[in-house]
Amino acid sequence: MLRPTKRPVTERRTVRPTGRTARSLAFVHAPLVLLCLLWLTPTAAVFVSSFRTAADSFATGWWEGVRPPLRFTEQNYVEVLSHGGLGRAFMNSLLVTLPSVSVTVSIGTVAGFALARMRFRGSGVTLAVLLGLTVVPLQVILVPLLRIYNDLAVTGTRPGLWLVHAGVGIPFVTYLLHNFFRELPRELFEAAEIDGADHLRSFVHVALPTAAPAVASAVIFQFLWVWNDLLLALIFVGGNRETAPLTVMVSGLVNNITGQGWHLLTAAAFVSIVCPLAVFFALQRYFVKGLLAGSVK
Amino acid sequence: MSRQVLLSVAVTVGAPVVLLSWLWLVERLLRPLSYRGRRRARPWLWLAPPLAVVGLYLVWPLLSTIWTSFQVRGGQHGLDNYRYLVHSGEVHDALVNNGLWLVGLTAGSLVAGTAVAVLAHLVRWETAAKAVVVMPAAISTVAAAVIWRFMFDYRPPGVAQTGTLNAIVTAAGAEPVAWLVDERTNNAALIGVGIWMSVGLVTVVMSASIKAIPAELIDAGRVDGAGPFRLFRYVVLPQLLPTIVVVSTLLAITALKAFDVVYVMTNGNYDTNVLANLMYRELFLNADYGRSAALAVLLVILVLPVVAVNLRFFRKGRA
Repeated sequence: MLRPTKRPVTERRTVRPTGRTARSLAFVHAPLVLLCLLWLTPTAAVFVSSFRTAADSFATGWWEGVRPPLRFTEQNYVEVLSHGGLGRAFMNSLLVTLPSVSVTVSIGTVAGFALARMRFRGSGVTLAVLLGLTVVPLQVILVPLLRIYNDLAVTGTRPGLWLVHAGVGIPFVTYLLHNFFRELPRELFEAAEIDGADHLRSFVHVALPTAAPAVASAVIFQFLWVWNDLLLALIFVGGNRETAPLTVMVSGLVNNITGQGWHLLTAAAFVSIVCPLAVFFALQRYFVKGLLAGSVK
Repeated sequence: MSRQVLLSVAVTVGAPVVLLSWLWLVERLLRPLSYRGRRRARPWLWLAPPLAVVGLYLVWPLLSTIWTSFQVRGGQHGLDNYRYLVHSGEVHDALVNNGLWLVGLTAGSLVAGTAVAVLAHLVRWETAAKAVVVMPAAISTVAAAVIWRFMFDYRPPGVAQTGTLNAIVTAAGAEPVAWLVDERTNNAALIGVGIWMSVGLVTVVMSASIKAIPAELIDAGRVDGAGPFRLFRYVVLPQLLPTIVVVSTLLAITALKAFDVVYVMTNGNYDTNVLANLMYRELFLNADYGRSAALAVLLVILVLPVVAVNLRFFRKGRA
């Protein structure tokens, strides 16, 4: 129901106003510009502030920073990356995120394929259960997992967190890929079967190559989810500075900040969103697809 | 350090390889079976890895939490944890705040997101406008919290205000506001940050839904003489209604689960606690597993009706 139609784009002209009338400026362009400014300003403020000196940040607001003469410095970034331990935290975020994404998306893709293309009793129930699990509040799994992790002494280790993220992410990825594989035409697989391909071969040679966009959506979604996660990281590796990712480090900085630390905190925040922003702007199309898929679960 | 890096790279590359090897092994093992036997066994063997992980990390903990919630310190069974939920003032306050989140986040994001989707649809710079509002959905709540603490920054009256909002307030001649401390503004401020992050999702979904409205319908409305506002109210809005319901349920679930924004910005101080933060405190700081499990169960119970609505409308939408 939420799927965009495949009608040609040209039909949209019927809805778009033809000229830039005073009315469209007042009721369409002006409010939209206002909303965009409201959404953009906070991030822009932090961006500008992260390049100002400590003294400037303390004395005046960020808007003075964009008034000539400009005197920006990269010192804040140097400081948070080396002394602040954010360099290590950045590495930790990568080391938590990449394996989690790989494990989750691999397993979810196989599960999605099996649920979409194999007919068997219980497939409907399995899918329904997975779908239900995508909305379970994460808090509900924390107590038993933390207890067992403490008993096994794996709290604070990365592999422990990879698996938690896999458990949390697999239902959604499975659902996303299931929806994709289900839409593939049957003829595609019948042709492969006539050529003597078994399930494994039709999965690897027929399904996977066509699934690249869906897999990309799943990868991006999972990447952003793990990279941005605070709760699970806080609980399962947060106590350990050696393994703490960016979200945990930056939230720690926030709580320690006094009025004078804005130049560092803003730089730290920007370090933590460089990856998500790059992913977002480079692969926006797939991210939006993932959002759409997530909203119809 | 380098061993850790090596392990991470090995797992990243190895996971798909191991999984494919498993499938290959499964197909080898199935070979001696009859056709029917293969058909029956194959799906479950393919699904064994996902079901094992999900069972171990979601289903078992879910059941275990429910069990734990009935245990009090000392190991006896009892309803003490639920008595705490019913009688404790802090739980009531948190529930009220969750209620504020539920109404504020859902309504605010829905209105702003729909507005952006509709307005953006009418202009040529649609893609840019949507990118601007969707961007916050891609960053972490921690970063958003820093971004907004900078906006809400407060300094005593008389000193130059470096926070954007207080600079505006003082420029207008009023006293600066301690947005995150003042109990009249702080919950609204936190929910505002939540809205800032959620509007992207609403915009994306509503936008797709708007583009799915048949152009003939709009044209028909025009021919009948409807102006832009009546066109929206009587033609566009009814078409968007199912989408609005589904998006509302997602926002409601987000509101009930709210944790990060509160944790980073106020840590639940000044009467801003929500259930998830109480639960975190009981789990991590007080190590009271029973109470935190009961709080988690309460969260699930609150989410369930919302999920039910979501599934109902989702089914309808597909049929």
